[in-house]
Amino acid sequence: MSRPQRGIVSYGAYIPKLRISRAAIADAHAWALPGLKSQAKGERALCSWDEDSITLAVAAARDCLRGNGRAVPTSLSLASTTAPFADLQNAVIVASALNLDHSVRCSDGSGSTRAGLSALAQALESSLDSDTLVLAADRRAAKPGSTQELQFGAGAAALQIGNGETIARYLGSESVSHLFVDHFRATGEKHDYYWEERWIRDEGVSKVVPAAIKRLLKRLELPADRVQWFGLAGAPGGSDKLVAKALGIAPERVIPDLQDRVGDCGTAHAPLLLINALENANPGDIILVAAFGQGCEVLAFEMGESRHRPAMGLSGAIAARIPETSYLKMASFEGEIDLDWGMRAEADVKAALTQHYRAADQINAFVGGRCSVCNTVQFPRLPNCVSCGASETQRPFAMADELGQIATYSADWLQFYLSPPLYVGLVQFDVGARLLMEIVEVGASGTTGGIDVGTRLAMQFRIKARDRKRHYSRYFWKAAPIR
Amino acid sequence: MASGIKDKVAILGMGCSRFGERWESGSEQLINEAFIEALADAGIERAQIGAAWFGSALDSVNVGNSAIPLATALRLQGIPVTRVENMCATGTEALRGAAYAVGSGAVDIALAVGVEKLKDTGYGGLPVPGKGTLNDLWMPYCSAPAGFAQLAAGYRAKYKIDRETLKNALAHVSWKSHLNGVKSPKAHLRKAVSMEQILNAPMIAEPLGVFDCCGVSDGSAVAIVTTPEIARALGKRDLVTIKALQLASSSGRESGTGEWDGSNVPNTRMAAAAAYREAGITDPRRQLSQIEVHDCFSITELVTMEDLGLSADGEAYRDVLDGVYDADGAVPCQIDGGLKCFGHPIGATGLRMVYEHYLQLLGRAGERQLKSPTLGLSHNLGGVPYNGVAAISIVGLMA
Repeated sequence: MSRPQRGIVSYGAYIPKLRISRAAIADAHAWALPGLKSQAKGERALCSWDEDSITLAVAAARDCLRGNGRAVPTSLSLASTTAPFADLQNAVIVASALNLDHSVRCSDGSGSTRAGLSALAQALESSLDSDTLVLAADRRAAKPGSTQELQFGAGAAALQIGNGETIARYLGSESVSHLFVDHFRATGEKHDYYWEERWIRDEGVSKVVPAAIKRLLKRLELPADRVQWFGLAGAPGGSDKLVAKALGIAPERVIPDLQDRVGDCGTAHAPLLLINALENANPGDIILVAAFGQGCEVLAFEMGESRHRPAMGLSGAIAARIPETSYLKMASFEGEIDLDWGMRAEADVKAALTQHYRAADQINAFVGGRCSVCNTVQFPRLPNCVSCGASETQRPFAMADELGQIATYSADWLQFYLSPPLYVGLVQFDVGARLLMEIVEVGASGTTGGIDVGTRLAMQFRIKARDRKRHYSRYFWKAAPIR
Repeated sequence: MASGIKDKVAILGMGCSRFGERWESGSEQLINEAFIEALADAGIERAQIGAAWFGSALDSVNVGNSAIPLATALRLQGIPVTRVENMCATGTEALRGAAYAVGSGAVDIALAVGVEKLKDTGYGGLPVPGKGTLNDLWMPYCSAPAGFAQLAAGYRAKYKIDRETLKNALAHVSWKSHLNGVKSPKAHLRKAVSMEQILNAPMIAEPLGVFDCCGVSDGSAVAIVTTPEIARALGKRDLVTIKALQLASSSGRESGTGEWDGSNVPNTRMAAAAAYREAGITDPRRQLSQIEVHDCFSITELVTMEDLGLSADGEAYRDVLDGVYDADGAVPCQIDGGLKCFGHPIGATGLRMVYEHYLQLLGRAGERQLKSPTLGLSHNLGGVPYNGVAAISIVGLMA
């Protein structure tokens, strides 16, 4: 019996909105490292203090899942080399934020920036009939003054794999393993250690990647000139064009490497290149994406007929940007400098894990209540209705996708907050619920950030508090202006 | 219908410590300073006190949980001593407990003590309070000024007032209290400031600058209450009695439904309506001689003028700018400097307000004495405008 045809049935992307110009980074280091200036072109994505691989993955996944008309995925894998937890399944936190059923099979993948494509290949090779959600997300850390600090970015890709009508049909993959140590990061360490780029490119990428691709194309009986879209991640800048040339793929068919506006997104980078192709290719086009890292992973697709496209996608995510020019702010967000936040920062934010579990759907998935007597939607879900007072009448009501607007707000310069001021206010949801929330992504426009009563808001899953004593991040939802 | 507390309880004596940065004093010394004054004023012995209520709001600083620290500080052996805490309404709660005990006939003489020692934190502003384990998981950690500053956003939006006009009215609120504070010997801040200083001060929580925020102070205030009959029997002639004691709490409607427009504090309106009823007040702007309101922030005082029915809705900013609430205005407000300048040691504040009325009513207010006052209103707000508690006490001369 032949296996059903698996492929990509939906996708989504997320790039953190903060973008710092590389010139700002190079300027900050010019006193010691004037040479960085030559590499300081364009801008890179930057995570705010409350974003990590988990929040990035959730944002991409929501873009992928929203309105895609598919059944809910029964498995979820998260690839990341920067996931916040070493022992606490990061994918489960993502699944809980997505309000997926408890029967979902979750797994974390890591160990190399190629893990994004590895997870994708695994899902595509699976004999499952149901859908799998493959997520790849990284918030890459780089040592101040390193070239990686200029090159690295942050972002997440979400690809839903299933059978039936596909956006892109899976053709096959090739995976090879070489202990070629271009860079490494020991467990518990913060920064990567890189060897010389020229060696990586000439002795590693140029020898390993073309050979693997050739084997795949041969197996698929595809001549190289059939490849309309080719992307390569995990390799030094310009490697993609070198490999394309070696294979006989025309340079205009190389997918833009996202360096000019985003930077290298680690495990998410190859999936994001794939998404770039999905957004631009025509039915029948052949797409080839590869990720280099201790060998390489190569996947081939043929564009299908499905016309489903996400609301945001990669192009939308890249376009939604808040410019940033402060290197010290970046250094603080990245944990490279530890500002003196004063004694208010000493307040203990230890979470009661027991309470957290009791309120898991409320806190993780933003599920409030709707009173079965008066229909008032409310958060949190308490025993007695906020409006009519009826007892034990709350039915779960998911609020993550509901929109609202600012009812009241202030910009708080007194409260300890890692990205002052803390914008806080009562958010009035269109469905009637109201609650006090943090307002993020306000941008910089005078003391009020350009927001006011009536500003429209959408919800985002973010880090609520970082317990610096116990190294535990906990998450909740925040409101962001709709741009 | 309940007959209410009006004229059932008389103030036998009051005391108030000097408010401020009392580096040299702990809570015990502050309590004792106010207590000695109150006891002498009452003209009784300590052993005549039948029960005590102790208001202290923050147990992370100050003296910790329970009423035992009060019993220990004043050596109150063997009588019921109870700690009450209701955020910034704590002082009024202590008075309420003592007054109800006397009013019910449970004891003849009761003691109400409020104290806060805020300057043991090591930094300016209030300590970060706990929110409970569930709220902590979702509710933003925002400062008190940011909680109250949201009134400004709601007020501006509802009445379509531009930022500058409102900011000027808010500045006048603080300017007036600073002037009043100069004549208040026990006040924390006793220096007049200019409108320019206020308007150009560093931002704390938009649109509130440093001078829109009240003093963070150490201090204690004490009341000794009894029945009018016992007071007279003890030789008191001019009696200040309690006319109303009312409290209203949020059930979450303001912060949990779309009912509230952010321009006022509904709890104050409910507590005021009940207090006016209890005291028999029908025209507060004419009948109240003076008011001490919860000016934790300038915007709070401004909307409170509407919530108490003293200014029409949407008109308080005009009345403020017209000087209606200045010392020489129609309704003098914060004649002792208010929270803004007398200071705001949380647990003591509600009692400090009544102390000012008590002095004024008995003609003991010195330089700032008003002409023939008969009725004073105190107003406390605990929590935030959209989720808190409002407490109102009205005291006056007994006919």
